[in-house]
Amino acid sequence: MEISPVIEALIKIIVVIFFILLPCVAYLGVQLERKLSAWIQNRVGPNRVGPYGLLQPLADIPKLFFKEDIVPAAANKFVHSLGPLISLTIAFSTFAVMPFGDTLPIVVNGVVHNISLQIANVNIGVLYVLALSSLAVYGITLSGWSSNNKYSLLGGIRSSAQMISYELSLGLSIIGIVMLSNTLQLNDIVKAQSGYYLFGFLPNWNIFVQPIGFITFFVAMFAETNRLPFDLPEAEPELVAGYHTEYTGMKFGMFMLSEFLAMFAAAGMITTLYLGGWQAPYIEYLNLSPFVVSLVQVGAFFTKFALIVVFFMIVRWSMPRFRYDQLMNIGWKVMIPLSLLNIALTGLFILKPIHTWFN
Amino acid sequence: MQSYIPIFLMIGVSAFLGIVFLVLQRFLGPHRPNPEKLSTYESGMPPVKSARERFSVKYYMVAVLFILFDIEVIFLYPWAVNFRALGLFGYVEMILFILILLVGYLYILKKGALQWD
Repeated sequence: MEISPVIEALIKIIVVIFFILLPCVAYLGVQLERKLSAWIQNRVGPNRVGPYGLLQPLADIPKLFFKEDIVPAAANKFVHSLGPLISLTIAFSTFAVMPFGDTLPIVVNGVVHNISLQIANVNIGVLYVLALSSLAVYGITLSGWSSNNKYSLLGGIRSSAQMISYELSLGLSIIGIVMLSNTLQLNDIVKAQSGYYLFGFLPNWNIFVQPIGFITFFVAMFAETNRLPFDLPEAEPELVAGYHTEYTGMKFGMFMLSEFLAMFAAAGMITTLYLGGWQAPYIEYLNLSPFVVSLVQVGAFFTKFALIVVFFMIVRWSMPRFRYDQLMNIGWKVMIPLSLLNIALTGLFILKPIHTWFN
Repeated sequence: MQSYIPIFLMIGVSAFLGIVFLVLQRFLGPHRPNPEKLSTYESGMPPVKSARERFSVKYYMVAVLFILFDIEVIFLYPWAVNFRALGLFGYVEMILFILILLVGYLYILKKGALQWD
């Protein structure tokens, strides 16, 4: 049974979009965020639609299609529709290089087919993700500008300045990892995190090898995805809803979708680069068959991923918002020097490993 | 080039999905415009002037500085991929490069280009 690479890629894309990402947005995104915020604020949260309110997202999302699409008379009509389209396309495309697992061995007629659990294993994975996160600025800026509304314009400009500022420290923090693994291929970066570090039991994940880089990357990811404490672009008390003030119905829904997808992409990148991706520690002691190992690894990826998403949400509901000058000061005066320091230290420790320092 | 085909497919599928959303919304939702509804939202007040106004020059400063520094960041990537091969020589060279970069960085700090009040 031989299938062409194009068909194989299409099958993977459809599985990733319709069976992983959209259910994740509905349940891990919309539903969990509402429930979690309710628990944190001592409320009940959605509990009327279906058992425990579990059908709420299925009622919420189709509702958006049946709302009127209002385009303000003063807006630039074409760009007004282009904004959400760009945001959504970019948000989905990031997952093209995400390694959800290593390979899944499937036996057909006695022949083992190793199916890669990654849509595209390109050798510039890290650069591709950085490029897409730069492009995501366009969706927000264009929609802020095209609405011809002062709140939207301010939200759009703030957001673009914030995203490009934090992109510098984002790019600089990844360099530490690239120096360690000498590759830009995301699956190889995950493979480089196998084995054990210090004392022989701590997994060799980059979070333990690169603590400074992890902190700068994590904070930069919060700013890139416009989540609280960095959600200045849509600061409700000052800017109504920021760049999507003039959007209704599914166009607003597309922004919401792409915001959740951006958060998932951030969680996926943190998992892949710093938390060992699909590596499940100690699994080699269990003598499992390759097929089961590969399923456990996919499970490990999604567990880490879900934990990071929950952490993003807890932070959102427990932290106040930064002031704009504070945000810019942290970005330019703390994060960039810290990530440069991280590069220098990483280089030093690679050239002279720590156990050779005292003899 | 072979390995990039799935990426183009992914971008194509997601753009297609976005267009389907926009078209569905157009046909499923009601369409009853009136001048009040189509006016720009300004917290209930009649809108004052257009939004296509001048805004603070600091945002331009940030954009220009971003371009300068982002080029340096991209410049570090090929070096990082070959870090072990270049060894101590590459490390010292790059530390020198980062120090020169830091001089420029201190200059813009001193000039107050990143001051937000």
